[in-house]
Amino acid sequence: MATLWRFTLFLCMLLMACGGLSLASKEAKTRSSQTETGTHNTTEEGGHGAGPITTLPIVTWKWDHISVQYLVALWVLVCWLCKLLIEANHNVTNYIPESALLICSGFILGGMIWGADKVQTFSLNPTVFFYFLLPQIILDSGYHMPNKLFFTNLGAILIHAVIGTCWNAASLGLSLWGCHMGGAMGDLDIGLLQYLLFGSLMAAVDPVAVLAVFDQVHVNEVLFIIVFGESLLNDGVTVVLFNVFDAFVSLGGGRINAAEIIKGIVSFFVVAFGGSLVGIAFGILISLLTRCTKNIQIIEPGFIFVMGYLSYLTAEMLSLSAILSTTFCGVLCQKYVRANMDESSVQTVKYAMKVFANGSETIIFVFLGISAIDKVIWVWNTGFILLTVFFVFVYRFIGVFFLQWILNRYRLVPVELMDMVIMSYGGLRGAVAYGLAVLLDEKKIKEKNLMICTTLIVVYFTVILQGITMKPLVMWLKVKRAAVAEVSLLEKITNKMFNHTLVAIEDISGQIGDNYFRSKWRHFEEKWMTPFLMKPSARKKQDDVFDVFHQLNLKDAMEYVTEGERRGSLEFVRNDSAILDFKKKLESEYTEAMPDIPPYMIHDDGAIRDHIPSVSLEMHEQTMKAMREPEAVDVHHLLDQHLYKSRKQYRHGFSRSDFKINRDEKEVQEIFQRTMRNRLESFKSAKMGVSPPKTLVKYSKKEQQEKVKTKRGNKHTLPPFTDASGYDSSYPSFSMRATYRPGGGIENPAFMPDLYPTDLLQEIPPWLAEGEPDSSMVAPSLRAQANLPNSPMEMHRLGLLPASTRSTDTKQMNNDQLPPPPTPPPPPPPSGHM
Amino acid sequence: MGSRASRLLREEEIEEIKKETGFSHSQITRLYSRFTSLDKGENGTLSREDFQRIPELAINPLGDRIINAFFPEGEDQVNFRGFMRTLAHFRPIEDNEKNKNPSATEPLNSRTNKLLFAFRLYDLDRDDKISRDELLQVLRMMVGVNISDEQLGSIADRTIQEADTNGDSCISFNEFIKASFVVNIHICTVVWFPFLS
Repeated sequence: MATLWRFTLFLCMLLMACGGLSLASKEAKTRSSQTETGTHNTTEEGGHGAGPITTLPIVTWKWDHISVQYLVALWVLVCWLCKLLIEANHNVTNYIPESALLICSGFILGGMIWGADKVQTFSLNPTVFFYFLLPQIILDSGYHMPNKLFFTNLGAILIHAVIGTCWNAASLGLSLWGCHMGGAMGDLDIGLLQYLLFGSLMAAVDPVAVLAVFDQVHVNEVLFIIVFGESLLNDGVTVVLFNVFDAFVSLGGGRINAAEIIKGIVSFFVVAFGGSLVGIAFGILISLLTRCTKNIQIIEPGFIFVMGYLSYLTAEMLSLSAILSTTFCGVLCQKYVRANMDESSVQTVKYAMKVFANGSETIIFVFLGISAIDKVIWVWNTGFILLTVFFVFVYRFIGVFFLQWILNRYRLVPVELMDMVIMSYGGLRGAVAYGLAVLLDEKKIKEKNLMICTTLIVVYFTVILQGITMKPLVMWLKVKRAAVAEVSLLEKITNKMFNHTLVAIEDISGQIGDNYFRSKWRHFEEKWMTPFLMKPSARKKQDDVFDVFHQLNLKDAMEYVTEGERRGSLEFVRNDSAILDFKKKLESEYTEAMPDIPPYMIHDDGAIRDHIPSVSLEMHEQTMKAMREPEAVDVHHLLDQHLYKSRKQYRHGFSRSDFKINRDEKEVQEIFQRTMRNRLESFKSAKMGVSPPKTLVKYSKKEQQEKVKTKRGNKHTLPPFTDASGYDSSYPSFSMRATYRPGGGIENPAFMPDLYPTDLLQEIPPWLAEGEPDSSMVAPSLRAQANLPNSPMEMHRLGLLPASTRSTDTKQMNNDQLPPPPTPPPPPPPSGHM
Repeated sequence: MGSRASRLLREEEIEEIKKETGFSHSQITRLYSRFTSLDKGENGTLSREDFQRIPELAINPLGDRIINAFFPEGEDQVNFRGFMRTLAHFRPIEDNEKNKNPSATEPLNSRTNKLLFAFRLYDLDRDDKISRDELLQVLRMMVGVNISDEQLGSIADRTIQEADTNGDSCISFNEFIKASFVVNIHICTVVWFPFLS
């Protein structure tokens, strides 16, 4: 049945394609004013109102009016139908990558056109490719770039992209020239410069091809980002190299002197950095624009696309690297765009971006296939072609291994040998190389067609052959795959914990941490970029939290209602005695029903784990994570927003004893006050015999049990940490007590945010805070921020101070609170531990 | 300073530490000089106050817990051996090839030990379980005060649900390992003086 259906579909597609083609071919002939050799062309010609009319026509045939637009739309449709057909059968796509299949379907379509016209009327034309198909793919890659991963590996990516590409170009050009001189290719009219030009256009690994293949292989993310990042950035390099050598070829060998070569090198840097700068400028513009698009929410996603496209065109206009420009535009603006725009707009951008990128990727591959079916370009020269394929393959391996061998000496986690094999093997050439080859000037390069033909063969060899064998190779070499697992909340917290711990360990062992640039950037961003580029409302985390929290609660409520409806009654919603946390209740019910399954699993129906073919890294990532359930995402988000950043991200560039290190002074303040309070507690209890205000703390039953456990726990076998009691006792106000007020309806702070004083140091439960919301706050003096006391010996002096800063009744009222944060005295002389 | 440090540290001691922790000779001498500079009492051990004197730790939300992790239970002092033993948790994981003796105990920098270190940062009462309260305390330390207790509570609840497989509302070490198995353990490493090793 399924095969029958598929067959029908295939037939439909063929019919449509043929229909499109016959129309297309006719149109092309009309437009190129060739003599009409087609079959039926009588009625159409008069239809568009050219001839005198004798009577009012009811309908007219106006093909010429819409021919171009119609053909474009039709081709897009045909290409996408090809993809539909290919993706209909996962048995095939499991073994053969989609890109290879698309090229093959391009062969078939090209064959049909050839059969109809005896001439190839359609082929991938550089203008269409570079101005209409490529920009959205690049923008998508930039916009969905996992920034952290990208910048962590930026060094390796740049080395591969710049030096690797130059190496590929030079080695290929020179070797081919050498072989030519040695007589391996017979009679060819190609000089050294032309060989170098050819080498430079063949050098770049193609981002489209790489994404298409690696997306389906799921290698580990470091390997992925290196190959992908390289493929993105080296396009800039190739285009520069291509332009330089193109100019050299025009100049002719004799007129190239040292000055010209130096100019070439300078232009390389100008083009690359200039392009990146244009991109950054546009990224900033986008971010600024999205700050003020609140009132035109419907079209605000459009700005991203228009500006992204403009960044591409502007760079092109200034003859800078358009690809780099768009990439950096996307990389820069993503964070601010996501923060500034409405959630639905963000989603729209995301999906529209995917549609465009994936769609044009499909079209590119199909047309790469179609372009091959053309007798004109097939100029066979066994030596040239085979040697090119061979050299491309071999030099890629040599280049990658050599560069990575050097890089590995500086990497914390060296890239493994097998990963290097895959990196080399992943050197897929694609449409960029073809586009550049077509751009070659036939007057200057006699063997242009041979070069196009060779480029196509290299593209097919890499995309189809290497693409198909990539997956088995990855399996066979046991390359580390991306972990297919959800990131749990616990993991997130633990990760954060490790970050803090590492910073602490580095501090203790007295060394400067390793990611200097990242921390500098963070600092710069916090100080300069975020205030300008992000909406004030987005910057205020509180609003955001309540928003997220609100959504979270809404979801819980919806679940609850759905659950109630499933049981046929909403009675329990109105039932006052059932004042329980929605979720808790739900969970307990789930747990009753299915004790072995953790409740969050219940929503996970497995269907979302299906592979989603996609262009972008982000989708890649999402596929990896198999999509967590949305609520969890919210919680993750909440955490992301609020976990203290480990100081590593801020430090450096400062003296290590300087306390203004952490720019986010509120955080520093908070952490510091907690720490000091804490130390004060344990200090008091240890040295002064004053016990912390345990008795005043209203422990819940559970906590009391915990306490007992703590005491017993000392006998435990695990090697322990000491001084647990210091913590137990000093965080009473943080411990969770049930806050559901009976009879008060469902406690949902999201619905009454006003009850929450938005002050930073707010730690009192809202019902206590009503009287004097500010009383719990001790505004730390500026001095306190600048000079922290260094040891608990100084702490106890501080302990007395706060009492005077607060009224007694405040103290009474908050006596389940900790002693207030100290206001530190004038600083002690810095201890000379440094 | 380095020369003084190495003078004070006997060669055989270095050898022992090397064997136990896997640090290189130069790393050990560097860290020893750091150790002595922290050691204000100059008695060859560090006290809590010595650690607390490090200014950066005061603004590290987990600072005091990490300090505590350096001290064996019930002790107030840590000597250089103990100091290095704790630091060794954060050495990069080595490939198994160096592991000549499989019967030997697991190296301190192994995956499990790294995770155990983290687990103990949570597990204050050392009952081998992270209870909701313990988790909350850690969360409270790491999360800004902008999040209300209720929100934090719901985060803690979800966290425990995610990880808890046997339904005791606590996270045992096994559950912890399982839940954290995607943690890129490579980030849990510090490179000590990369140009010395």
